[in-house]
Amino acid sequence: MKKRLTEPFWWSLFGAGGVVSAFTLPALVILTGIAFPLGWLETPDHARMASLLQSWIARIVVLVVVVVPMFHWAHRFRFTLEDGLKLKKYDAQIAVVCYGIAIAVGVLAVYLMWTL
Amino acid sequence: MENTSEHSGKPFVRKIPIFWWIRRWVDLRFVLRELTSVCVAAYCMIFLFYVRSILMRPEAYEAFTAQLQSPVMIVVHVLLLGGLLYHSITWFNLAPKAMVIKIGTWQIPDLLVAAANYAGWIVISFVLFWLALN
Repeated sequence: MKKRLTEPFWWSLFGAGGVVSAFTLPALVILTGIAFPLGWLETPDHARMASLLQSWIARIVVLVVVVVPMFHWAHRFRFTLEDGLKLKKYDAQIAVVCYGIAIAVGVLAVYLMWTL
Repeated sequence: MENTSEHSGKPFVRKIPIFWWIRRWVDLRFVLRELTSVCVAAYCMIFLFYVRSILMRPEAYEAFTAQLQSPVMIVVHVLLLGGLLYHSITWFNLAPKAMVIKIGTWQIPDLLVAAANYAGWIVISFVLFWLALN
């Protein structure tokens, strides 16, 4: 019934998030989490980083990089729980929690990009 | 007439153990691939707060980057990198199956689709490094 209608929607967000994260996240995690903290590359000063985020285009890019992959996680994690731990009967609840977390992060990200 | 439990009309359901995926390497590899999504979500959250610290005061950015220098955070990020690389590689290797592109009757070979994805990955990664360093 309702599920048939919404499934392609969540699946396409899953796909889009998979693409965005596959292309961008490894480089970002190397930069922010490994190369800068270990001093392999010099940590850019605040003024430089702030100037990068001044334009609204940059903020939209940040939103896409943060939010779309959250829906990738939500969809994949939902089915991993249901198949991996045999929790199919709780599908509705698991779906609400997973997509709900992704939506909450999306709202938070939009709020931060808009107000800061 | 006897009606034993074997003939009660219930469908036969094979019992599958809860950790069915732990026995065979292919199943385990499948679950590991699916769990890379946890690394994706975790890093997205860290990155959001990284950007937030930049958009706040300079002291917030300095405090946040100082926290990232702790050994625990370095280890966490190395593990995240492992998961994220596994996601990227499995994703790009499946790309030819997900997008079958035809020009006329000629179908673009799988290898070319995968190669294009890897090339795009290198270019985008290079741009991100360049942005952060220039």
